[in-house]
Amino acid sequence: MQTSYSSSRILLPVWPPFIGLTLLVALLLNLLPTAAWPAMPDWLVLTLVFWSVRETRRVGMGLAFLSGLAMDVADASLLGQHALAYVLAVYGGSALSRRILWFPLGQQALHVFPLLLLVQLVQLAVRTLAGADSPGIAYLLGPCLATLLWPLLTYLLLLPQHQPVDHDANRPL
Amino acid sequence: MDHQPPPFFKRGPAPVALLSFYVALSAALLVLDARFQALEMLRQALSMFSLPLQSLAHMPIQALDGFGAYFVNVERLRDENARLKRARLGNVATLLRTQQLEVENERLRKLLGVKERQQASGHAAQILYAARDPFSRRIVIDKGQQDKVVAGQPVIDDAGIVGQVTRVFPFVSEITLITDKEQAVPVQIVRTGQRSVVFGLGNGQLDLRFLPANADVQNGDLLVTSGLDGVFLPGFPVAKVVHIERDTAYSFARIYCLPLAAVENFSEVMVLDPRPPVALPEQLTSEASGRDGRSPGKSAGKKRRLRKD
Repeated sequence: MQTSYSSSRILLPVWPPFIGLTLLVALLLNLLPTAAWPAMPDWLVLTLVFWSVRETRRVGMGLAFLSGLAMDVADASLLGQHALAYVLAVYGGSALSRRILWFPLGQQALHVFPLLLLVQLVQLAVRTLAGADSPGIAYLLGPCLATLLWPLLTYLLLLPQHQPVDHDANRPL
Repeated sequence: MDHQPPPFFKRGPAPVALLSFYVALSAALLVLDARFQALEMLRQALSMFSLPLQSLAHMPIQALDGFGAYFVNVERLRDENARLKRARLGNVATLLRTQQLEVENERLRKLLGVKERQQASGHAAQILYAARDPFSRRIVIDKGQQDKVVAGQPVIDDAGIVGQVTRVFPFVSEITLITDKEQAVPVQIVRTGQRSVVFGLGNGQLDLRFLPANADVQNGDLLVTSGLDGVFLPGFPVAKVVHIERDTAYSFARIYCLPLAAVENFSEVMVLDPRPPVALPEQLTSEASGRDGRSPGKSAGKKRRLRKD
């Protein structure tokens, strides 16, 4: 018998405004003044990668580029630095999506980790080329924390799609 | 005959084509921004969208702050009030005499025919937050183009130089701290009068460069701005020497300093008015314009970006 993973369960179709809402919340989380904690995960790229794996046709590189530009302006970094990293991560996410969804959540997180690490390394490379200082090892801790959050994120973001198709008046939930 | 796939297979350009397009676009933006600093208009336009979001994100934190401040102990407030009153009384003697000294100095300078010192004046501003970019040290204050802030203005707090305004948006502006790796401040050692330039190290410390290994520098020496750059007014405290390494293998000493101002802490700062460009003597002006046709006053207010090495 084939093992059944939560990823192979048939879900309700996603409600597109919900994707936009989650991305907006992630952007707001990113805009919090957390400069004192360099190990803070990049919420926006985590959400973007999640939707690029789940909904490859709806969340693409154009959206990643625009979110990256927004982060560049908000972060006062070089214009195009986040955009480049986000575009690469979303491309990787959509290219791997058929493969990633076969695995249970823990192994999905291991697939996502290199993508999130790539985001940080691309930014590090760009800024080092431009002559900036190294930000310290805590900078690479963010992707590790984000990877640990992947199962929780999957649970939260798929909650609306887990609802039953037929509503039972006797069992509202 | 041409066989087209049915329309429901159409998915736009191939992913690799899209990827190369966006990567090329980001690379172009990066080069334009890092090399030519040509994208300030685009940045300002984008900031019109990101700023409201940012203030929205900061709202709960400000509310929490306000909530905490509301329940401050009366005892503590009374203590603080008494301490401030004492401090003001302690400073009053020096302050009164300083005003008199400044007037006297001006008069003497007039007698000697030396150019008058510029009075320091400016506007107080509140630090909103530290920029999230982990590669640089910048803060954002709540004064912008609306308050006539221009790039290049020096920023101080009650203890010394904090940094310099490097980017101005309509309602906020960005300050590069003196501890940033790209920021340099021309300074003078108070004890000996020796001039040099102090650079940020990126880790909260400063580095006094280009002083020979046998230079007369001691731990605890105070560095003040020399004013030679035409941006910072002379005489503001910048840093204190904390550690000196004299290695005979190198021709320069490595001198580490700590900033005196509360550079990395949240507080109120003062944005000083820009210095008027100093006019060169007639002869030099004609010489300079004959060589490269640039007016000498133009570079004074401009953002200084010293290339390293």
